[in-house]
Amino acid sequence: MDAMVKLGQLRKTFGPIVAVEDVSFTVGRGEVLGFLGPNGAGKSTTMKMITGFLTPTGGTVKVNGFDMREQPLEAKRSLGYLPEGAPAYGEMTPLSFLTFIGEMRGFRRAELYRRVSETMGTVNLEGVAHQPIDTLSKGFKRRVGLAQAILHDPYVLILDEPTDGLDPNQKHEVRGLIKTMAREKAIILSTHVLEEVHAVCTRAMIIAKGKVITDGTPAELEARSRYHNAVILRLRGPRTDGVQVTLEGLPGVERAEALDGTALEYRILPKDGQPIIGAVSQCVHRQDWDVVELSVEHGHLDEVFRSLTVPAQALT
Amino acid sequence: MGRIGVIFKRELVGYFATPIAAVFIIIFLMLAGAFTFYLGDFFARGQSDLIPFFDFHPWLYLVLIPALAMRLWAEERRGGTIELLFTLPVTLWEAVIGKFLAAWCFTGIALGLTFPLWVTVNILGEPDNGVILASYLGSFLMAGGFMAIGSCTSALTKNQVIAFVISVIVGLGFVLSGFSMVLDLFSGWAPQFVVELISSFSFLTHFNALSRGVVDLRDLVYFLSLIGFWLFATALMLEWKKAE
Repeated sequence: MDAMVKLGQLRKTFGPIVAVEDVSFTVGRGEVLGFLGPNGAGKSTTMKMITGFLTPTGGTVKVNGFDMREQPLEAKRSLGYLPEGAPAYGEMTPLSFLTFIGEMRGFRRAELYRRVSETMGTVNLEGVAHQPIDTLSKGFKRRVGLAQAILHDPYVLILDEPTDGLDPNQKHEVRGLIKTMAREKAIILSTHVLEEVHAVCTRAMIIAKGKVITDGTPAELEARSRYHNAVILRLRGPRTDGVQVTLEGLPGVERAEALDGTALEYRILPKDGQPIIGAVSQCVHRQDWDVVELSVEHGHLDEVFRSLTVPAQALT
Repeated sequence: MGRIGVIFKRELVGYFATPIAAVFIIIFLMLAGAFTFYLGDFFARGQSDLIPFFDFHPWLYLVLIPALAMRLWAEERRGGTIELLFTLPVTLWEAVIGKFLAAWCFTGIALGLTFPLWVTVNILGEPDNGVILASYLGSFLMAGGFMAIGSCTSALTKNQVIAFVISVIVGLGFVLSGFSMVLDLFSGWAPQFVVELISSFSFLTHFNALSRGVVDLRDLVYFLSLIGFWLFATALMLEWKKAE
């Protein structure tokens, strides 16, 4: 795996505030790294340092092998960046804006024309090519931002909240686009939407208070949830006596939580995250319960997120 | 066309894509005309030169150029496009120079559009066109000086009103330091070289020299190095305040 982005002991302080503290990681081609973290955790600051907008207080950034401090132009040529909120020059049209970006990236004449029209096709901007960007909807503005980031077909893509504020259809489109580009590129994206991590990321990283807290596949992250491999069991009445006791007596079961007042729906939590669906389903069979639903949970990312980013005493 | 040229073109086209160009040019021409004919007594003087026209340029620029310059960087920062610009493969210098040149060139266009006055004096009399050309050069260079100051104060803040006010104040300092009113405050007690030093920093001293038709290398060097200094300060401000 080629290391396209390499961070070493990256650090950024604003006066007495430490925004990013000794962050080190490597992202290779084909990886889509999701940055998760509460607001103000240092996600955007880290991205701004990777893209060369902010100068780190300490540590190194290498993009496509080029050190951002020593060879900033070469490093910047290798990356495309969608800043938070997809800023663009509002008085320009998507066509003139993308032509400007293409010229800044060194394309001229036929090559410039080809890249601009291809990219507008990729993100479906042709219909609004001649309207001032200021007059476009949020979804179109975001597409303009994406278009300028991918115009030069960069090795590395840095996307700061690429789907923020989009409607479900637009989100789906953008995710599809990211997935199709993922194979040849190294992509880092930040998001608040945890389902997005499932949808597009091959790797997820939680950042809080400027530090990397976890780094793994989305599945690994979910496995840290206490709901990982839990079983949801819903029964049809009226027979409800002793169900909870029976369930809790099963091997590998930690506890059975009644989910509603009627004692018909349970979440059965496993010991140490081991699969218990087999034991539960055999039990259901033996007891001849009238089952409406029986399913395994993979774990709740938002619960993992909360438990890792909120101090323990604040959890309720 | 290099990256400075690409930025220059985008900026210059940008002025004309917004009402800024029309408003600025119309106001500039109206004020320049009003000053020349009413305050400057262009006709009553009965002389075929453009002195009443050029005499008011420092005051015109003092107010109008900061209004144009205040958006240079403040606007980029407010809209977040500064992040876009500086993550493109471009150096800080290229961006500072490209944007400045576009703004300066735009004031040059406005200045150039005063040509009917030049035509008028040539019809009415026989002016010294060399002096007029030198005056236009001096006026253009002085506009560059005001613009470079505005560029720096615009880089300082994302609030355009603050950028405007600071540019006017700094510009006023550079104009007034050549005024006898200010110099008299010093000439009574300060050594002669101090008075000359203060006066030598003034736009007026150098502009008046040029508008008398004397194209002295020192005046050109003064304006160009002043522009260089304020652009350098712009780059420093941007580097320092980029994150805010």
